[in-house]
Amino acid sequence: MSFLLTEPYRLLLALVALLAFVAVNAMYLVLAERKGAGRFQRRPGPNEAGYGGWLQPVVDVAKLLSKQLLVPPGTDDILFRLAPLIVLAPAMMCLAVIPFSDVLVAREINFGLLLVFSFGSINVLAIMLSGWSSRNKYAIISAARVVSQNVAYEIPMLLVAITLLMITGTMDLNEIVRQQAGWFWHWNLFKVWVNPLMPVTFVIFFICMLAETNRAPFDMAEAESELVAGAFTEYAGMGFGVFFMAEYANIVVGCSLATVLFLGGWQSPFGAWSGVLWFLVKMYALVFTVIWVRWTFPRTQFYGLLNLSWKILIPISLVTLLLASALLKLFPA
Amino acid sequence: MKASILEVPRGFWSLLVGMRVTLTQFFKPVVTVPYPHRTLPIPARHRGHIELVRDPATGRPLCTACKLCERACPSDCIFVDGAKLEGEKKKSVTVYTLDFTKCSLCGSCVEACPSDAIRFSKEYNLASTRKEDYQYDLVKRAAARKGSS
Repeated sequence: MSFLLTEPYRLLLALVALLAFVAVNAMYLVLAERKGAGRFQRRPGPNEAGYGGWLQPVVDVAKLLSKQLLVPPGTDDILFRLAPLIVLAPAMMCLAVIPFSDVLVAREINFGLLLVFSFGSINVLAIMLSGWSSRNKYAIISAARVVSQNVAYEIPMLLVAITLLMITGTMDLNEIVRQQAGWFWHWNLFKVWVNPLMPVTFVIFFICMLAETNRAPFDMAEAESELVAGAFTEYAGMGFGVFFMAEYANIVVGCSLATVLFLGGWQSPFGAWSGVLWFLVKMYALVFTVIWVRWTFPRTQFYGLLNLSWKILIPISLVTLLLASALLKLFPA
Repeated sequence: MKASILEVPRGFWSLLVGMRVTLTQFFKPVVTVPYPHRTLPIPARHRGHIELVRDPATGRPLCTACKLCERACPSDCIFVDGAKLEGEKKKSVTVYTLDFTKCSLCGSCVEACPSDAIRFSKEYNLASTRKEDYQYDLVKRAAARKGSS
């Protein structure tokens, strides 16, 4: 079996494992979302299928798979069918460079951060395509919203990433994690002696991540009370299911990236027993926060969303960028 | 200028306060009931459709077929008929039908009854797709009921 660890096979194995990881996560994060929503509203959530509702995702998938894939007349057929694939594939690509542990990474690339950001932005294109090809007014409005929202939030996110890049000096995600070894105050989140605004950059990163993945309170793409289901209105069965999977895959990617960049990735908080478990604990804690935020805040209005980005997040992230560069110049490590 | 800058940390703090509120709710016990498996007790003054009260001693309805309820009903949904049994002074009810499609649960019949022989039931699982299912024979329903009254 040792040939499985030689290079082409190892990569293949890792990619298959990532596909399974994304699929299982998408299924069970939907359940976690519904259970979480229930708990936040003092009700049990889905609890009929299986013990405590554990089989609910299986039932959901069976239902979605058994439904007809409708393509409404007058749509742009090819784009309409292609959009769900384009939305899911980049999310899986991003996970290929995320280091789950010291050795548990599909492909260690020295510009991993760049890869995550470039593939992450394809998500917008895919939602825009689905809205454009649907021949539906709600879908078109949703597509327009998604584009302007993502343009607005890509900027503070990248500014924050640049701030971090200047401090770490590398785009290799493994290397970024290795630099955060030791006790938890070595994590980038707590490195206030390098840049006193480090916790603020993490908050900005987290907010932008919520906006980039179109999660509540920034779920303009899918604002069900205004736009039916936004860009996904015309999708039936598994076409819709794939968009759903992609949403959760993107959350996993976003939370993994936040863990790697700010929370020390697979490093343990007290300098010993580092490993994949710590990565998963931190990542799922962030995923829980994402769910928590969704069921706490109502959807913002669209101008509120843009104001938050252009008037607050971008100026603050510019300040952190300037501060970080000034401090690096004054006190070179 | 100062106010608009201060608005940012204050706004952020308010978000944290909101998140603390929801998190405390998260760890509190569930308040809903899984309906078909468990149900909440029905309030004492709940108005279901009317039913005949039975004499706990004999198990027969208290109704004397005086027809005051029939006359009190504003929607004309009650029909009562009775007969005198051998060796008894009062009439007893033989037919009591309620057309629940017309009943508005106003309670005039319950108020009109001189012998407290009708009352509101606690029935609420009454969904049906056929109109005929709502022509209740209250004598039969009273006889089928468990318990003494």
